Amino acid sequence: MSAEHASMRLIDDYARGDTEMAADTVWALEAHLETCAPCRSRLAASVATEAPGIAALVDTVRAGLEPQLDAAVRRPSRRHRPRWVSAWLTPVMAPWLAMTVAVTLMALLLDALSSPTLFGDASPMVTIAPVLPLCGVAASWSRGLDPAHELTASTARAGLPLLLRRTTAVLVVVLPGLLLAGWLTGTMTAAQWLLPSLAFTSTALALGSVVGVTRAAVALVAAWGVVVAAPAWDAGLALLALEPDQLPVWGLLLALGIGAVIARRNAYSVL
Amino acid sequence: MPPTTSAADTAPKTYAWEIRASGLRVRVGRKKMAVDGLDLALGTGAHGLLGPNGAGKTTLIRALATVLRPAGGELELLGTSVGGLGDHRALRRRIGYLPQEFGYYKRFTVREFVEYMAWLKEVPKADIPAAVQRAVERVGLADRADHRMKTLSGGMVRRAGIAQAIVNDPEVLLLDEPTAGLDPAQRLRFRELLQELGRDTCVVVSTHLVEDVAAACSDVVLFADGRLVFQGTPEDLAAAGGPEYPGDSPLERGYSALLRNNGQQGGTW
Repeated sequence: MSAEHASMRLIDDYARGDTEMAADTVWALEAHLETCAPCRSRLAASVATEAPGIAALVDTVRAGLEPQLDAAVRRPSRRHRPRWVSAWLTPVMAPWLAMTVAVTLMALLLDALSSPTLFGDASPMVTIAPVLPLCGVAASWSRGLDPAHELTASTARAGLPLLLRRTTAVLVVVLPGLLLAGWLTGTMTAAQWLLPSLAFTSTALALGSVVGVTRAAVALVAAWGVVVAAPAWDAGLALLALEPDQLPVWGLLLALGIGAVIARRNAYSVL
Repeated sequence: MPPTTSAADTAPKTYAWEIRASGLRVRVGRKKMAVDGLDLALGTGAHGLLGPNGAGKTTLIRALATVLRPAGGELELLGTSVGGLGDHRALRRRIGYLPQEFGYYKRFTVREFVEYMAWLKEVPKADIPAAVQRAVERVGLADRADHRMKTLSGGMVRRAGIAQAIVNDPEVLLLDEPTAGLDPAQRLRFRELLQELGRDTCVVVSTHLVEDVAAACSDVVLFADGRLVFQGTPEDLAAAGGPEYPGDSPLERGYSALLRNNGQQGGTW
């Protein structure tokens, strides 16, 4: 700090607590002491020599506190949840994501074990892949599953940005799993299910602005099962809806879904 | 270190009332209109929202918290109209809300929970740790801040809920039954906090405990069947009753007098 230091006489007066020190002098001295270590050490020495009463008092207090201070052990720092995790995921989504991964594994297992006659040409993997992300998306914004839904719904971040964050988190977990499964089984190309699953997700979000995301996702899964998957399984045929020549239709659905979400972006703030 | 003042803090208010409703109607479910034609104007201070069970208190608070969309009428919060599909983001940053039945993630510690809520309320990132610590200290949970939520008693959970409501220094604070589950000592402490908050914030406390209102509120709003029955000071409420009305205190007698004159016979309970 400054090259100027308080005089020894001033520090001695301060240590004794002389009443005749002017208030502005005390103020200036304390301001200086706060920033100047050498003067603080001179003050400490001065207290010991000039004011033995105060030094004794401080020693007594310290002696009294020492056992308590020794006993106070710092709490072992517990594993702290990184903040970015809760920014993208809620704790209630974790079991749902685990379930999605488990379903992928089961489908993979079925694919590997089953004879082609059981399921026909429609492998279980291909059948569930397009709607698998919807389970996670449904769980990410559900009044029934999320205990903090009421609290979240009243905050500034509630709305489309938070919904998109959570959806992204679901896709980041689910899509690599599906990619891996598709590569292992070799039954489906990525384009075959990637576009439909994205199309389903965007449609769920778009419908979600009207009826709620959870309801929209559940309805879409049910519709997929009843209208497309079940008849195909029944007939033992490959899924016509996922044939390469149907891809433009899925692309159109994806575009429509995204368009609807953008058009109704303000509707998500009240769910 | 006290927070420094910003331009937003010193800017003049451009609205007369923090909360202003005229002809407000809020629907619950498909048919029931829980708030039906409410006219209300609330400024800075602690306002006690009283009413019998089923009067629509919770619905009104949820509408004020922008969780429910009004079905009709006008609602203005901090000078911003809360009507149709507006963007409520800026407004919600200035609101604190404690729901009646509030859910939380059991594995979070108190600090993590309040931090998460601060993040959701878009408190600036650099201010979050200090704001969280201050909120936790104000409700007296500093020694429990690193305990998990599931290890807390009911009263402590409620105090953690109050901490998350005040973490963003709201200008409108909505508390739905905040004293449920608090023991008498905590309730006294809560009343002090309420008086303190009421000095510069518009606090709306829904309660069915008349004594809470008497002790901590500057203003009473009596609400029945979705309509405003009475608005005034606790003294006005006490003056409305007489010895012929049921109740153990002047305020309770005033409460039952006003409800009876409003045609509320009530059931056997």
